[in-house]
Amino acid sequence: MHNENQSLIFEISKAGRVGYSLPELDVPELDVSSILPKQLIRTEDAELPEVSELDIMRHYTALSNRNHGVDTGFYPLGSCTMKYNPKINEAVARFPGFARIHPLQDESTVQGALEVAYDLQEHLAEITGMPQVTLQPAAGAHGEWTALMMIRAFHEANGDTQRTKVLVPDSAHGTNPASATVAGFDTVTVKSNDNGLVDLEDLKAKVGPDTAALMLTNPNTLGLFEEEILEMAKVVHGVGGKLYYDGANLNAVMSKARPGDMGFDAVHLNLHKTFTGPHGGGGPGSGPVGVTEELAAFMPKPVITKVDDRFVLNYDVPQSIGRVKPYYGNFGIYLRAYTYIRSMGPDGLKAVTEYAVLNANYMMRRLEPYFDLPYTQHCKHEFVLSGRRQKKLGVRTLDMAKRLLDFGYHPPTIYFPLNVEEGMMIEPTETESKETLDNFIEAMIQIAKEVDENPEIVQEAPHTTVIGRLDETKAARKPVLRYTKEA
Amino acid sequence: MKHRYLPMTEQDQKDMLETIGVSSIDELFSDIPEAVRFTGEYKIKPAKSETSLLKELGRLAAKNSNAQDYASFLGAGVYDHYRPIIVDHVISRSEFYTAYTPYQPEISQGELQAIFEFQTMICELTGMELANSSMYDGGTSLAEAGTLAAGHTRRKKLLVSSTVHAESQAVVQSYADGQSIEVVTIPHTDGVTCVEKLKELIDDETAAVLVQYPNFFGQVEDLQVMGDIAHANGALFVVSANPLALGVLTPPGALGADITVGDAQPFGIAESFGGPHCGYFAVTKKLMRKVPGRLVGETTDDQGRRGYVLTLQAREQHIRRDKATSNICSNQALNALAASVAMTALGKEGVKEIAYQNIAKTAYARQAFEKAGFDVKFGPAHFNEIVVDLKSPIKEVNKRLLGQGIIGGYDLSLVDANLANHALIAVTEQRTKEEIDAFVQELEAIHA
Ligand SMILES: Cc1ncc(COP(=O)(O)O)c(C=O)c1O
Repeated sequence: MHNENQSLIFEISKAGRVGYSLPELDVPELDVSSILPKQLIRTEDAELPEVSELDIMRHYTALSNRNHGVDTGFYPLGSCTMKYNPKINEAVARFPGFARIHPLQDESTVQGALEVAYDLQEHLAEITGMPQVTLQPAAGAHGEWTALMMIRAFHEANGDTQRTKVLVPDSAHGTNPASATVAGFDTVTVKSNDNGLVDLEDLKAKVGPDTAALMLTNPNTLGLFEEEILEMAKVVHGVGGKLYYDGANLNAVMSKARPGDMGFDAVHLNLHKTFTGPHGGGGPGSGPVGVTEELAAFMPKPVITKVDDRFVLNYDVPQSIGRVKPYYGNFGIYLRAYTYIRSMGPDGLKAVTEYAVLNANYMMRRLEPYFDLPYTQHCKHEFVLSGRRQKKLGVRTLDMAKRLLDFGYHPPTIYFPLNVEEGMMIEPTETESKETLDNFIEAMIQIAKEVDENPEIVQEAPHTTVIGRLDETKAARKPVLRYTKEA
Repeated sequence: MKHRYLPMTEQDQKDMLETIGVSSIDELFSDIPEAVRFTGEYKIKPAKSETSLLKELGRLAAKNSNAQDYASFLGAGVYDHYRPIIVDHVISRSEFYTAYTPYQPEISQGELQAIFEFQTMICELTGMELANSSMYDGGTSLAEAGTLAAGHTRRKKLLVSSTVHAESQAVVQSYADGQSIEVVTIPHTDGVTCVEKLKELIDDETAAVLVQYPNFFGQVEDLQVMGDIAHANGALFVVSANPLALGVLTPPGALGADITVGDAQPFGIAESFGGPHCGYFAVTKKLMRKVPGRLVGETTDDQGRRGYVLTLQAREQHIRRDKATSNICSNQALNALAASVAMTALGKEGVKEIAYQNIAKTAYARQAFEKAGFDVKFGPAHFNEIVVDLKSPIKEVNKRLLGQGIIGGYDLSLVDANLANHALIAVTEQRTKEEIDAFVQELEAIHA
C-alpha cells in the first residue's frame, strides 16, 4: 500500500454507480428543449465521479488520514494561531435556525441571527476598543482591503486626494502590501531596526502629505510589541494619515492592550484564528473590521444596528464604500466566534492571552541555547528563531521543518517574516499543555543535535510520512491542475 | 483560571515562570507602555457553561424561520437544495477542518488532493481549462474576474449586465473603485441583457463584459452572442454561473467564456444566512498565471509517487506582496470540500437529474401560476426561478405566507422600481408538487 498512489475519486468511478438519493419527480416530465434554445442545452456530460456512498466515505476518510489538523497533533504554525477548535461551536453552527436561514428573508424572521451579529459587534468593539464594527469581510485580507477602502473614502471626502501612499513595515504579512495595491494605493516599505521593531527614524522620513495610512501589526510578526506605538501614532496622525492595525494576532494582547487605546483608527480581526472559527484547511474565515466614529460613516452596507428592541439592517449609509461581499459576511464563522467568546467570558479571554504568552516565552527560553534567537526580549504570543547556525552546517530550516514531521508535528511557519534569515516562527497557543510543549522542545533539541552529529537524517527528512518531499519545480514548470482521464 | 480549553495548572505556571526567569506573567507584558495598558477585564458578558450556552443560543436560533420548518421559495443567489447527509460527515472530520492551508504537503495530502479533485470537478462543469481552489463567494469572485480582466487587457472599463445579482454588482463596483476602474451597466429588456445596448456601450476601452447564467431573473441568456461581441472588441467575456444549473446548461467554456466564476453553495453548502459559501474561479489556459488565489498541482515525490502541492505561487501575495494582483490568502477550503463531496455524491447522473428536476418543477410552477391568473414575466427560458406579478406588495404577501408555513419569493421592487408587486420565485428540487400547489393556492387566497 505504501508505495501505491492514493486513488483519485475519478479513478474509482464506475459507470452505473450512484451516491445520491433524490425523490421521484412528482410533476409532469418536461422536454427541456421546449423551453430552452438548443444551443444552451448541454450535450456533453460533465465527467463527475460515479461512486457509491461507501466509496465516497472511504475515499474521504483515506484523504483525512493523510492530513494533519490540530486535533491530530501539535500545530505551532506561527501567525496562524492554531488553537483548539471547540466542538460546541460546530454544534451551534449546525442548528437549523442558524444553518438553514436565507440572507434575504424578511428581517422580522431572522431576529435571532441579527441579534448574534449585533451582540458580537458589541463584544468585538469592547475587545478592540473601537466604537464601530462591521462583520462583512470574509477573511483577514478582505478586512484589510475593506478598511483601506474606508480610509481612502475618508481622505477623498476631505478632498485629500493626494494621499496615495500606504506605509507597511518590512516584517508585515504579505496581504498588507497586496491589500494596499488592490485598494489603489502605492506601498512604501518601512524598515525594522535592530530590535525587530519599526525604525522610527525611517518612518519619520517616509511619512508626509501623501501618506494615507500606516499598516501595523502589533505585536508584529516577530511576536514583539511595538513599544513606541504612541510615538508612531503621533507621527502618522501628525501628517494627517490614519493608523491601521492588523489584528490577526490579537491572541497576544487580549485584555492587555486595545488597538483603540493605542491610537489606531481601524483594525481587522481574524476570527478564524484568535476566536476559533476553525481554519478549515485554508478557510472559510471571517475578518471583521473595527473603526473610529470618524471612519464609521464609510462602513460597508448594510450596517447591523438596533432600533428600540429590533435588530435591523441599515442601508441608509450615504458615504458607505458600498458592499464588500454579498449579504452580511461569513455568518457561520462569526457565529462560532461568538460562541467561543461567550464560552470564555472576560476572565477567560484574559487567561487566553496570558497563557498564550507564557507558553511562547517558555518555549523560546528553552530553545534559545540550541538555535539563534535574533531578538531576545520577551515575546508575546509567538517568537522567531533563526536557523543560521544550522545553515552553516549545511542544514536548512526547511530540512528541520521536514524532520519535525517525523516526530508527528506540524512545523512552525518558515522563512517568514522576511527580515529573519532561515526563520522559524513558533506559536504554541494557550490550548496546549506543558507536556505537549516539552515533547516538542525535546524533538527540536534532538534535531539540533542531529544537525551536529548526523545531518543527513535531517537533510533527507521526512522519513515516515505517506509521501516524501515533492518536486515543486516540476509542478510549476508543467502545471497539471486537474485530472484528465487517460485515453 | 480553570477552563476546559485551558490546560495550564498552577504548578505548570510556576515551573514555566521559573524557567523563563520572571516572577509573574505580568512581567512578560512589561513592554506594553503604561499609557496603553488595559487593566482590568473587558466589559463583556460573563462566561457560560456548555449547557447553558447551548440553551441560550438554541433560543436565539429558534427565533429564526428556517427552511427545515418552512417551505422556502426564496432563492436569488442562495438556494435550498438537497444536501447529501454524507457531506456533513466528511467535513466534520477534524483532520480537515482543524487544519490550515496545506503549506506542508507531506502531511497535507488529504486536503491537497481534495482541492485537486474540486478543481477538476469545477472544470468539468464549467467547461473551463483550469480552476482555482476557491474564492470567498460568487460576488467577490466576479469582482476579481473584473479586476483580472482590467489588468490583463490594460483597460479600465467593465460592462456589467443589469441582470447580474444586484449584490454582486455592488461588490464589483467596490473592487473597481479601488482600482479606478469604470463600471457601466448594460440595461436589460424582457429580463435578459440587451444585446443592442451592449453593442453600443462596448468600445476599445472595455476590459470585459460580465454576465450571469442563469441570470438574476432566472432567465438563461444566450452567452455566445455576447461573448462574440466582447471578443470582437478585444474584451474578455466573464460569466457568473450557477454550477448546479450546468447539469443541463451548455457550459460557459463552450460558449466563449474566458473566465467563469460563481458560487458552489448549491452543492452541499448550507444557506447559513448568506455565508460562508464558496466562490469558484475558472479560466482558460492563457489566463493561468493571472488567476487569483491558490492552485493545487500534481507532481511526484523523490520516489516517483504521485502527490499534490500548492503551485504557481509566484502569483500570490506572500511572494509578490505589493505586486500581487489579488490579496486573497485564506479562502473557503472547507466549503470547497463540502461542494466536492456533494458533486461526487450526485455524480455524473445525479447532477443532470437534479438540474432537470429544478427546471421541470419550475416549469410546473409557472403553469400553475398562469392557470391561477398570475402574470409570469419574461420568456420561457428559465432554470429554477421565475418572476411573477403577485399584484400586491411582496412584503405584505410574504408576511401572510409565513403564517401558512411558507417563505415567499424575493421582493424585486428592492432592485427595480418597475417591478413593484413582482416576486422572484425559486422552485428547487426540494419543493414538492404539494408545496407548489399550496403556495399558489395561498397566493390566490391572498389575492381574492
Ligand atoms: C498577520 C496576518 N495578517 C493578515 C493575514 C491574512 O488573513 P487571511 O488569511 O484571513 O486573509 C494573516 C494570515 O494569514 C496574518 O497572519
